Amino acid sequence: MIIETNRHSANIMRLAEKHPEILVLSADLGSSCEIKEFNQKYPDRYLSMGIAEENMVSWAGGLAREGFRPFIHTFAVFCYRRVLDQLEMSVAYPNLPVVFCGFVPGITTPGGVTHQSTNDVGVLRTVPNLAIFDVGDATEIDSVLDLAYEYNGPVYIRQLRKDVPRLFDATEPMRFNRARVLSEGTDIALLSSSICTEEAMRATLVLAKKGVSIQHLHVSTLKPFTDPQIIEACKKARYGVITIENHTTVGGLGSAVADVIAANGIGKRLVKIGLNDTYAHGASKMYLMKKYGLDAMSLVSAIENLMGKKLGIEEEDLEEVRFVDYTAV
Amino acid sequence: MTKHRYSNREIAVAATQIRKRILKFALERGGCYLTQACSSAEIVATLYMRILNIGPSIGNPEAQPFPGVPSPSNMDYPKGWFYNGEHTPERDRLFVSCCHYASVIYCALAATDRISESALDKFNVDGWNMEMIGAEHSPGFENTAGSLGQTVSAAAGVAHAYKLKNYAGRIFCMLSDGELEEGQDWECFQTASFYNLDNFIVIVDVNHQQLEGWTKDVMNIEPIEKRFEAFGWKALRINGHNINALTAASAIEHPDQPLVILCDTNPAQGIPTLDSIVPKHFVTINEGNRSAFQAEYDRM
Repeated sequence: MIIETNRHSANIMRLAEKHPEILVLSADLGSSCEIKEFNQKYPDRYLSMGIAEENMVSWAGGLAREGFRPFIHTFAVFCYRRVLDQLEMSVAYPNLPVVFCGFVPGITTPGGVTHQSTNDVGVLRTVPNLAIFDVGDATEIDSVLDLAYEYNGPVYIRQLRKDVPRLFDATEPMRFNRARVLSEGTDIALLSSSICTEEAMRATLVLAKKGVSIQHLHVSTLKPFTDPQIIEACKKARYGVITIENHTTVGGLGSAVADVIAANGIGKRLVKIGLNDTYAHGASKMYLMKKYGLDAMSLVSAIENLMGKKLGIEEEDLEEVRFVDYTAV
Repeated sequence: MTKHRYSNREIAVAATQIRKRILKFALERGGCYLTQACSSAEIVATLYMRILNIGPSIGNPEAQPFPGVPSPSNMDYPKGWFYNGEHTPERDRLFVSCCHYASVIYCALAATDRISESALDKFNVDGWNMEMIGAEHSPGFENTAGSLGQTVSAAAGVAHAYKLKNYAGRIFCMLSDGELEEGQDWECFQTASFYNLDNFIVIVDVNHQQLEGWTKDVMNIEPIEKRFEAFGWKALRINGHNINALTAASAIEHPDQPLVILCDTNPAQGIPTLDSIVPKHFVTINEGNRSAFQAEYDRM
């Protein structure tokens, strides 16, 4: 497993060189959002907005009206919870091409509840015109900014930073509104997103050895949510559907999949794995994933529940296929 | 400056027209944002007829059906700013943050032949673009301003963009004094002076009233000039009904600093019947006061 470092920085530099109208706006978190190098190379295009996110979001809307492409850089939580009205009225309603680069999404920060964007997808899926991307690895970080740039409207990205595994082939970039098929199968449809995809991949390797046939899709576009592959995966799953996400079980990937199952009359059970309608607290990522059941073992239990039988998989079996050191924060 | 130089008298006549037309709305429909017209008529008339360097309207002078909300598939809808003329690097822009003044803006557009007099009949009529609270598509409006505090930031973002592009045009933003209670306004003001936006001019209708009563009783915002000065702005305080004062204030030099023109006004100006009922955010016409307002209208 290759671990890549600071891919966001490399990619915003690449995109900025190509598109001089790209500006970076920072609310005093630039160096925590991999934007230091951009500031050094393009100081005139790096707008320090101070710790004042509301003004920053509306101001970005003004810049976008004049043909600039503002890329807001701050923590994901400050892109939606604090500034929802500004995001909606100054950016989403007029459909302006502002990109919200939301770092440390969900429980990927030890910063505690104030820093953890754990219901952002649920809130923002209700916002018209907005596209939502949730990246899962270095290959997706390498391609998500291009998709955001090309989208005709505002975009919210749950962006990963610093050391990130490359789970997917570097030559197969993220595609808009199209899930990535990680395994084919007919027993279970498994839809995962963000950092949970790596956990899910660990589980599916062990599950395959136990003879469980899994259709595993990694979902990185959460809005729009009209990928026909998701309907097909749910339809053919014999035992049911499982979602696992770095988010609460209300309003995020699991709820989006529930809508698809209901709207298409697919009579299948759905198990949603995520934070169970709770806030989290400050601790390391792996500690929180285990504590709140977002890990591979929780996924195995959910599959056992759907299939109605024990598979005899222990924590140690999953440890053996661990392919990244999660203790790094 | 606009090609034709309007006289003070012509501007004063237009201000009276604005008040009279909105009083007509109020009489016809049982109420309107009437006191805002009274406080801001000279400000808006002087902006359109003297201060703003804007081109002729490129909008349809007749009222239009609501063109749909903006979306990836609907970005070419007729914009409210069409009525303030084409955007060019040299020309000015006007953002109206106090968007409940929409009727005042529509009446100013009618008084300056940017929309037809008959278009006003569609004011606040279901399905038309002349909504009671202005948004992107409403004649005279650049943006959707109903959530107070956001338009100053949006306008300052445009002013910042003009600086980055070396455009000479100025960005005006009009607001009402109650809005100064919003925290976002002050986030914007500190950022506008941080970036030395001397192309950014905020005009405040200090009519001393807001929805729940006199501003001083709802939340103290004084001393406003000192607050702006402390935030790095050039601040002027004038009589907002005085056309010469408005003209002079807008022409003052303010290198490297944004400018705020605080216009003290009277929400009953020109319609003395209002004296007994101000402060009043929305004036309702009832059987008790109808004849007094009707007499006022006939006299104007």
